[in-house]
Amino acid sequence: MPDIVVKTEDVVKEYRMGSNVLRALDGINIEIERGEYISLMGPSGSGKSTLFNMIGALDQPTEGQVYIDSQNMSHLSQRQIAAFRCHRVGYIFQSYNLLPVRSAHGNVTLPMIFAGIPEKQRNEKAEELLARVGLGDRMYHLPDELSGGQRQRVAIARALANDPSIILADEPTANLDTITGREIIDLIKQLNNEQGVTVISATHDLKMLDVSDRIVDIRDGLVERIRNRDEIEIEVGEVGGE
Amino acid sequence: MNQRAPIEEQIDLPFVESLRISFQSLKIRFGRSIITTAGITLGIAFLVSVWTNNEIGIALQESGRQSTINTFEETTEKGISTKDIWLIVMSLIVCVVGIANSMLMAVTERFREIGTMKCLGALDGFVVRLFLLESGFQGFSGALIGALLGTLGAVLLGLKDYGLDLFFYFPLLPSRPEDGPMQLGVIVVILLGCVLGMILAVIGSSFPAWRAAKLPPAEAMRTEV
Ligand SMILES: Nc1ncnc2c1ncn2[C@@H]1O[C@H](COP(=O)(O)OP(=O)(O)O)[C@@H](O)[C@H]1O
Ligand SMILES: [Mg+2]
Repeated sequence: MPDIVVKTEDVVKEYRMGSNVLRALDGINIEIERGEYISLMGPSGSGKSTLFNMIGALDQPTEGQVYIDSQNMSHLSQRQIAAFRCHRVGYIFQSYNLLPVRSAHGNVTLPMIFAGIPEKQRNEKAEELLARVGLGDRMYHLPDELSGGQRQRVAIARALANDPSIILADEPTANLDTITGREIIDLIKQLNNEQGVTVISATHDLKMLDVSDRIVDIRDGLVERIRNRDEIEIEVGEVGGE
Repeated sequence: MNQRAPIEEQIDLPFVESLRISFQSLKIRFGRSIITTAGITLGIAFLVSVWTNNEIGIALQESGRQSTINTFEETTEKGISTKDIWLIVMSLIVCVVGIANSMLMAVTERFREIGTMKCLGALDGFVVRLFLLESGFQGFSGALIGALLGTLGAVLLGLKDYGLDLFFYFPLLPSRPEDGPMQLGVIVVILLGCVLGMILAVIGSSFPAWRAAKLPPAEAMRTEV
């Protein structure tokens, strides 16, 4: 039996703006296996970030259920949701979302402070993670003093701080140039391979295609189709010159 | 990584950690903190100067001295004129609105930060406590400086109006003359100014912080300022 880490059941999300109701997700059903690298693809406005928020417990669906590790997320208390975000998921955003007042090191230690990890231990872990993402010599710089690619590396190190089982990335390469984007993708893929962490990434970056195990195409709040790795490889050949 | 274990409950942070995080934040954002604090300082300085000026006026009237320039001013026998009450009320309003506004601005531009902290596992209570500590510190230091500046301003004005007589009749402590109005004294006015500044800063910051902390992180992070 496959080990399902994320499951969504008829997830609907509506945004109310005055008298208008915008149906951003229109009944999403997906199952994601542990250790998979999944890309959510689709044009801008198709609902990728909204789905990302539902899976990451950053917002609540209007209808439907999200299960993570077989837990129904809507049954969790506030404290459980905070612990879930702290321990189970590492978030990576398009705009990095580093805390501007904390150094690279301070950003990486924060989730460990929330987890109650002793100071010495969390400092060592932060140094180790920053070295691993190639920022060993920039640890005490503020985010403002780092390039986009370096900031995203800090965000990746921070996402790994509490050994999450899922990495959620929302267009992690959208603000980066092609080469830096490629490096970030390779880094995320490496974590997926080496640590077996499940990666769910919203993207419209075609560079993501050849590292993904499956691609979920989203259109107008619906799953349009799901493609496997082997179906993709043929298409990658066609866009290889990008 | 006991991934399939039931999801545990998030722990509360030790107070020292909250204190460290809030001071770190004030220190790095020093320029911005100074501007917010200056908002509090100005509000309180204005209020305290008007109020102290009034106290001085009453005290010197009690003593039978008249201001060299305010002789023609209509006063209600002995005591506070309606104009003075008006001035104090106005300065109080300016102070409240000014401080509330500067705290609200300071919190609003940090909504994204609040959402991010929640993504990393912060409890709503932690977010509120963080802003409570930061604004409490800013409120106290800003209001103290403001109260002292305001008093200094009122003393300078008093010197101009009454000359050195001011110091013989200076209303430092509370007093209750037989037929005059109750006088709080300058020390009490300074203390009240400090307390008011701190309370306004803490409410002005914690209330919007609490509202932001209640938002789902996705919404807090969407806010662009
Ligand atoms: N908080 C919100 N309030 C109102 N509308 C929203 C909100 N978030 C997203 N939307 C709308 O929902 C749709 C899907 O958005 P989103 O999930 O961000 O798309 P994507 O990430 O694929 O670009 C869009 O039409 C967007 O305008
Ligand atoms: Mg998006």
